[in-house]
Amino acid sequence: MSIHKFYLNGLYIILDINSGAVHVVDKLVYDMMDIFNGSNDEEVLAEFSTHYAVEEIKEVLAELHQLMDEDKLFSKMVEVPLHFSQKALVKSVCLHVAHDCNLRCNYCFAGTGDFGHTRGLMSKEVAERAIEFIIENSGPRINSEIDFFGGEPLMNMGTVRHAVSYIRRREQETGKKFKLTLTTNGVLLNDEINQYLNDNNISLVLSLDGRREVHDNMRPFVNGAGSYDMILKNVTKTIDSRSGQNYYLRGTFTAHNLDFAADVLDIADKGFTQLSVEPVVAQDCDYALTKEHLPQLFAQYELLAQAYLERKRKGQGFEFFHFNLDLDNGPCVAKRLSGCGAGHEYFAVTPEGDLYPCHQFVGREEFLLGNVFDGVKNTTLPDQFRQSHVLNKSECRDCWARFYCSGGCHANADLFNKDINIPYEIGCELQKKRLECALMIQALLRLESGK
Amino acid sequence: MAKHIITVNKASLQETVHTGGCGECQTSCQSACKTSCTVGNQVCQK
Repeated sequence: MSIHKFYLNGLYIILDINSGAVHVVDKLVYDMMDIFNGSNDEEVLAEFSTHYAVEEIKEVLAELHQLMDEDKLFSKMVEVPLHFSQKALVKSVCLHVAHDCNLRCNYCFAGTGDFGHTRGLMSKEVAERAIEFIIENSGPRINSEIDFFGGEPLMNMGTVRHAVSYIRRREQETGKKFKLTLTTNGVLLNDEINQYLNDNNISLVLSLDGRREVHDNMRPFVNGAGSYDMILKNVTKTIDSRSGQNYYLRGTFTAHNLDFAADVLDIADKGFTQLSVEPVVAQDCDYALTKEHLPQLFAQYELLAQAYLERKRKGQGFEFFHFNLDLDNGPCVAKRLSGCGAGHEYFAVTPEGDLYPCHQFVGREEFLLGNVFDGVKNTTLPDQFRQSHVLNKSECRDCWARFYCSGGCHANADLFNKDINIPYEIGCELQKKRLECALMIQALLRLESGK
Repeated sequence: MAKHIITVNKASLQETVHTGGCGECQTSCQSACKTSCTVGNQVCQK
């Protein structure tokens, strides 16, 4: 497959998959692409001349051939860049500074914070070693990232503060630059912590699921009480304290709120502008998403896309992570193949210093790769992860979305299919729908702006 | 000026086979628990 065509919100769109070119076309072109293959003009003329003027069909064919000449239609399959086969360099770690949590979210993949093991906090020594692990394994790369994660990382601010100071010192000594992120449920945010996070330029991912009843249903405190009121108050103050910058409010939708567009808009109505609400990953439970839910979820993404556009036009827009696509300056092929980098560029570090391919794999013992003191000891798995890219996966190789999703989440593939090379089907379907919405939005905004 | 087709972007993916790969861009998590999901949402740092 080398093109993908779809109709959405009044636009006929053709994506040339291998070049990334996005074409907005009229109905005639859209229909012609069902049979046009680049070298069958006579067949196309014979088929369409019963309903359209021959001159018009010839005009379209001329435009299509021009695009082919410019490598923007039926462009050839992308090759794996030579440098991609070289050794991977570590660029990011997820520091699980606390395997403990002060909420008991029903859908938590981390088993409410303990990842199926004992609750515990990361020591300063382990944090230092994790930082050195990146420095030692990142080669000439300048930019690296560390995410303070949990459980709930604010339950171990002592180690967070120590790690940040250590990172800033090591940046001076090594010339590396670290972008820092902290993912929190918001319970422990206060003025003093806000000040610290702002002063140290730490990006925040803050959890809020949407409407009060939706949030409270899935994100209760340990005693079962809903956390919405406290979280809304705290995150509002935190985001105000950083002038509405450098954050994402993210939520999770489940089978309990299949009308999740209302949750996104509820958050936007509160004045927040950096949003992401994502599908729960679960199976065999009452809130799990199933194939039967897909039509409703697709309709919700379309509804959300329309609301997104309407609000932008009124100057009351918000950013929805999955609709942000840079059609001109997106990632290179190497990046699109490496995807998340789990297991070769990206590692998760447990409180004890154990290394896993990513935060989702923590607790799945067959994926233990080593530890920050001795390094990566399992040399087989990182290579398997690196080679598990879209051009090597049979179900991805011919998928139109292959260069946007990069093959999906390895952890989800393992969870559902016990094989990182077989993607999680519901995730794929939702991803494709989000991408169509995003492509439509970006195309429409460009047409409306005249650029 | 094309009458039937408007190309809305400057396609360049194939060129990046030769020019990309510096690795300085942000890590992109694809699971549902982080928001740096999906590589297509990223911007090249060059």
